[in-house]
Amino acid sequence: MGETILSVDNLDVSFQTNSGLIKAVRGVSFDLKKGETLAIVGESGSGKSVTAKSIMQLLPKQSTRIDSGSIVYGGNDLLEYGNKEIEKIRGKEIAMVFQDPMTSLNPTMKIGKQVMEGLIKHNNIRKKEAKKRSIELLTEVGIPYAEERMNSFPHEFSGGMRQRVVIAMALACDPKVLIADEPTTALDVTIQAQILNLMKELQKKTGTSILIITHDLGVVVNMAQRIAVMYAGEIVETGTLREIFYKPKHPYTWGLLQSMPKMHQDQSVPLIPIAGSPPDVSLMHDGCPFAARCPYVMKVCHNHKPDQTQISVTHAAACWLEDDWAPEIKQPEKIGGVSNS
Amino acid sequence: MGRYVVQRMGYMVITLLIIVTITFFLMQLLPGTPFSNPEKLSERQLELMSAKYGLDKPLAIQYMTYIGNLIQGDLGLSFQSEGRTVISMIGDRIGPSALIGGQAVVIGVLCGFILGVISALKHNTIFDYGSVFVAVIGMSIPSFVFAALMQYYIGVQWGLLPVALWKDYSYSIMPSLALSAMVIATVARFIRSEMLEVLGQEFVTTARAKGITEFVVIIRHVLRNALIPVVTVLGPLTVSIMTGTLVIEKIFAVPGLGEQFTLSILVNDYSVILGITLFYSALFIFIVFIVDILYGILDPRISMGGGKKDAA
Repeated sequence: MGETILSVDNLDVSFQTNSGLIKAVRGVSFDLKKGETLAIVGESGSGKSVTAKSIMQLLPKQSTRIDSGSIVYGGNDLLEYGNKEIEKIRGKEIAMVFQDPMTSLNPTMKIGKQVMEGLIKHNNIRKKEAKKRSIELLTEVGIPYAEERMNSFPHEFSGGMRQRVVIAMALACDPKVLIADEPTTALDVTIQAQILNLMKELQKKTGTSILIITHDLGVVVNMAQRIAVMYAGEIVETGTLREIFYKPKHPYTWGLLQSMPKMHQDQSVPLIPIAGSPPDVSLMHDGCPFAARCPYVMKVCHNHKPDQTQISVTHAAACWLEDDWAPEIKQPEKIGGVSNS
Repeated sequence: MGRYVVQRMGYMVITLLIIVTITFFLMQLLPGTPFSNPEKLSERQLELMSAKYGLDKPLAIQYMTYIGNLIQGDLGLSFQSEGRTVISMIGDRIGPSALIGGQAVVIGVLCGFILGVISALKHNTIFDYGSVFVAVIGMSIPSFVFAALMQYYIGVQWGLLPVALWKDYSYSIMPSLALSAMVIATVARFIRSEMLEVLGQEFVTTARAKGITEFVVIIRHVLRNALIPVVTVLGPLTVSIMTGTLVIEKIFAVPGLGEQFTLSILVNDYSVILGITLFYSALFIFIVFIVDILYGILDPRISMGGGKKDAA
């Protein structure tokens, strides 16, 4: 794949809450390449959204702190940017699509105005041109009668249509990177497919890199070339779509894939959930975050954090099982709908 | 929209009619008569007086006459002040009351707004605690306490403003300030909580993600949405200011409508009581009407006149 456009390195983010400091993101690193789609997969509370929002400094300043790490875009560390500088990045270079289109549009503002807002700010164009461009954008994302719909308010749109508007807004200034934070979670299934296809089509046209955050492996298969699996604030495994689905190395990834329903599965066989629930990140110990739920847990897992082991150029997993000293274990028979080779 | 306004006007008239009716008959329960010293009047004098004001007729006829006159815009004559119409009495008294009330609302809304916005933007800082403290004080201490304190310190001790009476503009300042305390407190508290709620909503993050400046985010996206619920409290608030003037006018000896109102109740001046009640009610209903219209303008999700907007 091509050159790296966005590089997150060793990111640590913590929240100040009433019950103490919570380290929501710990040592997260990944690269986003030009034109590719990278999916960050993980369950609720694994720190996916926090990672995404910290890229654009959209986390509440009073309660969040980025403790260390760097987010390099265009040769500069975004974390060192001040308000004025990050405003030039937001929307123009990196844009974001949010989870719930019902709440991510301003209810008292005409959608045309909301689309035009970013255009006027970044492209230094007049209202008239911005309006023309907005109508084009809305047409592009599949909103019929775009010219008339410019004057509609969000409540006059369905959920799917609103998400199209949000996407039009995000793509208004031709951003190089699009961060989609669970873009289809709040939509029903048929609309989900439409929105994903729309994003793929637009990506083909514009060559935008997409960072998609999701807990839905179905979305991942549809969209991503590369996957980063996140658990309890850490990335536990990264690899290409094939590597993660066919040769997963981390027990958490196995669990995720096992718990996914498959098309041709015998319906009498129940899905296998991952036992237990994610750890309380405020009570994190030194070892592997998955140790408490891992069926293959060893002594070392509880006290020492495993390093990322490079399995191939594109594939890495943070698990002691990949260590040379680890015992050979038998991976679960069926994961991801394919028998393990 | 036009149809909605006409419909609302209709309801307003009906409401007023009900208020007039209830007040009219309730007043009959007041002890005493409109004549200050009926025992000193001879039988003949009483008869003549009653005939003059139409009090000798059956109640139903009196009521019909009153409503008939009302429709023609005539609120009748005062029973107590010889030869004065109720309308002219209200007209004479409305000036000071409107000035005090209006100033109190303007001061209150402006200060409350500023306090509330600072409080929300500097959430959980010393600024926030400070303005919450001010709001609690304004909320929990009655306006007559402020009035008395101000009279003592500003008026007597420092001699900055006149203590009471009504001669020039400076006489209106202290009553307005005393009245505005509650408005400041209410508006500040409301703006603060509404803004905090809106700030936590996702569309604010969306707006920020577009790269527009924080100032524009606050003005265009946050304030507009935070103001909608605030407008709804402004109606009842203005009304409580109106009734609040009763006490304040008494304390500062302001010749306002509130003072006239209490006076006419004490002396059973039926037509004046009815007139002022009607005036207060009409004002209240009108303010509520304006608030409803404003609400519809501020919030596009509310459609006026039941005309359904087309949904996608």
